[in-house]
Amino acid sequence: MTEVRQEGPGVVVADVTGATLDGADLVRTLQSRGAGALVVFEGRVRDHNDGRSVVGLHYDAYEEMAGQVLADIAGEAVDRSGVASVAVRHRTGSLVPGEVSLVVGVLAPHRDQAFDAARYVVEELKRRAPIWKKEEYGDGTSIWLDGRPAGSGPAERGDSG
Amino acid sequence: MTDGVFAVRVRLFGQPREEAGASTLDVELEDGATVGDLRAALAGHPTLGAHIDLTAVAINHRYASDEEHVAQGDEVALIPPVAGG
Repeated sequence: MTEVRQEGPGVVVADVTGATLDGADLVRTLQSRGAGALVVFEGRVRDHNDGRSVVGLHYDAYEEMAGQVLADIAGEAVDRSGVASVAVRHRTGSLVPGEVSLVVGVLAPHRDQAFDAARYVVEELKRRAPIWKKEEYGDGTSIWLDGRPAGSGPAERGDSG
Repeated sequence: MTDGVFAVRVRLFGQPREEAGASTLDVELEDGATVGDLRAALAGHPTLGAHIDLTAVAINHRYASDEEHVAQGDEVALIPPVAGG
């Protein structure tokens, strides 16, 4: 397992891993901080996409940079939403339908900020993190899914993303 | 090594890596070269050139603008359109 771990104030976990993700495990990391609202998002591999049957999803990542970008995003979420703590972990490698590819956990004093921060982390990750996915089909073919041109900072800076 | 010229090893990921059949590509640049110069150098590459305009460039784990300089020893990577999550 290759893991890149970058942490800052309020950011409890921000990394990519080749190991199976466990949302409950990440939530336990946040529990001890104490707050009024906990939001957990899990991204899972679907067994269909665009009308096609999907048998697997392979995630490639520039691991050293992805960890740093996730840490940056989590830190921004803490700053803009005033939440107490954020954890974000993305899986790399080959996954099958039903498996968890991404977990984001946010602990905050109030629910509005917790939902906001969780959404921000997911959307920014999809916009900036150097991670790519290849969809695999039952007939043995596979396609790298279209991505979004990266290279920009936080959305507030006016980038179209 | 020729004066005024250096080689940078560019890391490849995702579809470009698969198409190039390699995880890195060595590119020769002149001293003082920018990311823009790197793009120009890659524009004619048989597999990387076609989508170079949509490809971001990272230097030492940070996205770099076209005006930024590339120095010998920098870790440079091509970041095709991202699709995480």
